[in-house]
This record gives sequence, C-alpha cells and structure tokens, in this order.
Amino acid sequence: MEGLPDEWEVAPEPGWIDPTLAEEFPGLLLASTVLESESRRSPEALRERLRSLSDRIGGAQAIQLRQQPIPWAYRVFFRHIGLDPDTTRTPVEQLIFDRMHDGSFKSRNRVEDALTIAMVEVGVALRAFDADRVDGRIGLRLSREGERFEGRVSPLAEGTIVVADENRALGIIFDRTAEGRGVDKRTERVMLVAIGVRGVPDIALEEALWVAGSALRA
Amino acid sequence: MLEELLESTEADVVQGAPQRDVPPAPPDGLDTALFQSDERAARADLRRQIAAMELVLARQFGSAFPRTGIDFAVSGLGGPRLLSVDELEQVRDRLAARIQDVSRSLDDAAYVEERNRELIEEMASDPASYKWVRVNNADIGEPGCKHWHATPKWGPIGLLLGWWRVKISSGCPLAEGQRPPNP
Repeated sequence: MEGLPDEWEVAPEPGWIDPTLAEEFPGLLLASTVLESESRRSPEALRERLRSLSDRIGGAQAIQLRQQPIPWAYRVFFRHIGLDPDTTRTPVEQLIFDRMHDGSFKSRNRVEDALTIAMVEVGVALRAFDADRVDGRIGLRLSREGERFEGRVSPLAEGTIVVADENRALGIIFDRTAEGRGVDKRTERVMLVAIGVRGVPDIALEEALWVAGSALRA
Repeated sequence: MLEELLESTEADVVQGAPQRDVPPAPPDGLDTALFQSDERAARADLRRQIAAMELVLARQFGSAFPRTGIDFAVSGLGGPRLLSVDELEQVRDRLAARIQDVSRSLDDAAYVEERNRELIEEMASDPASYKWVRVNNADIGEPGCKHWHATPKWGPIGLLLGWWRVKISSGCPLAEGQRPPNP
C-alpha cells in the first residue's frame, strides 16, 4: 500500500431508498462519500497498482467469480430486476471480462482506475458522479411516468430503477450515467457511490469506498 | 457459505409468508391490503428460489470448465425494474430449464469422457489395435493440450514391422516466441 495517505477516514453517507424498493428489496443500500479530486491521467503509483492487480487476476478467478458471495449476490439481484447478468454484466464481472479480453486492466483516468481497483478488490458496485452537479442527498427510486433522462431523447420507461438526487435521475442503476452528471475534466469534487444488495455486507460498501478513495488520493 | 447467506437473508421473508390459499386476484371492488401482502410474499418466495437456482447454475458453470459449447444463457425480461409475480415465475422457470439442460449436457460429457479415459487405457495396453488413434485432454474434460497418440515406433520401420506405441505429447506450445534480447 505504498503511496497511500495515512490520515484519511471514509465517512460514508447512507443514501435514501424509495419505500417501494426498500420493501421489495430488503438489503438494498447506497452509500456515498465526496472527495476533492480531478479526473486526470493516473499517477504512476496508481497505474502500477493496476498492473499488479492485473497479474493477480487470471482465468481461474474469472471462472470461479460467480460462486463468490458478493458477485453472486449481484447476479441474483440482476435476475430479480429483469436483467440477464451474462448480457448486462455485473460491474465486477464486466471488469474481469475486460481484463481477460484486453490482457490487463487498462488505465483510463484517475477516477476510473480507482473504481476499478476497488471493485475488483472488494467486489462491490461503485459509481462516480460530479459532486458539484448533485442536488441534495442521493438515493435509489423508480422513475416516474415520462421522466426525462439527460442525454437521452426518449423518456425513461416508467418504473426503471435509477440513482437520483433530490431533483433528477443521475443514472440508471448498473447502467449509464445521465449526461453531464458523471465525472469529466471539469470535475473538481468526486462523489463515490457504492450500491449494495442483499448478501453484500455493509462493511464491504465502506471498504470499497475506502479503497477507491485511497486510490484517488494516492 | 452461500447457503448460509440464502438462509439468513431470505428465510425470514419466506417464513413470514401466509400459509392460506390465495385467490388469483382480489375480489371485484376489493383491492385489499391482504392481497397485496400475499403478492409481496409470493414475490419474496420467487426471489429466494431464483437466488438458489442462480447458485446452482454458477456451480455448474464452474464445474463445466474446460468444456465448451454448453449454453448457460438465461435471457432477462428487460430492466432494471420491479418484476411482477408472473415475470419472476418466468425467470425462475427459465433458470430451472437451463439448469436441467446444463445438467444433461454435463452428464453426456461425463459419459463420453469416461469412455475416452477407458480408450486411453486400452490404447496403452494394446497400441496396435488402435492405430493412429488420438485422444486429447479436451476429450477427457481436462484443460491443456496434452494428447495420447497411437503411432508406430521408429516411423516407417515400426509401421512395416507392426511396432506400435502410445506417444504422450508434452503439452501446449508456448504462447509466444522467445523474448527478444535486452537492448
């Protein structure tokens, strides 16, 4: 863990969950934390960490992945919400798939690399938003009839599960982010969001945020 | 461990499900809270079944390696959204059907592989009866490129004199050539 800051504690803020969703999916959780960071090229220490992670992940891990408790919990949740996890892969499975396909985890930028490291190491699904473009607290809810989604011409289908702030949908759960709400070159503060489902311990969410936050601050 | 998770995370919901007969729909004009509660319990029960089936399928996926050509796909229903009881039943039924298919494919593969293992033993004990027969690791469900090949000893001489043997290959070729010299 060379190059990581010593004095930093993640302070995850629990997100709100729409009562309908909470009733149907006990265990559905969202936690977030905000850090000051920019989406630039990853420093050498972070890229080295990514390379070292690539060396630790091989075909055997990829094959056994779906039997491990946390990846399995996400696969189950995908089935519960109508997604086929072999078509729309769970976040960690998509990363491992890319690792097998590309031969290594490709470095993209500081934020994406930090998310990759945390998701592969802990298995929890993470997202990043531009914290300055989030209004109020963040949570999970169902989309309303005719609700618009930035960057998309047609409205969202009613009842789509979305990550939202107090005014609008920021992203579709486990899918795309609304245009302008994600992290880009203008971002100065990054909101890291961990989404937990039944079977994923709360501590894993905190750990994932800590790993990602630490990597971001490296 | 996953079974423990299933028990600890889902059983509480399922145990709370009412044991009475539930009508297929609420009586006209009576959109009762009782009916909604029964539907919710049914959905929770279906989700528990789906979770258990997903685990079975995941284990089948792990045990199938390195066999190829087995279809593990179970199509989704379009989401992410809340699924109704009918839709959850569809997911469960598709998973159940896929598990059966995969199980059958694995049984068939295991039978063929067992026969191929016997063939290797027979080849080794009497190579001349299995001229030019070749069995690969994939034929016995093992990873790697090793193969057993009944070939004549000393090439044409063995061929003429009927001296046969089983040659075992030394494995896969290297994935890449020799490393270039350091500059």
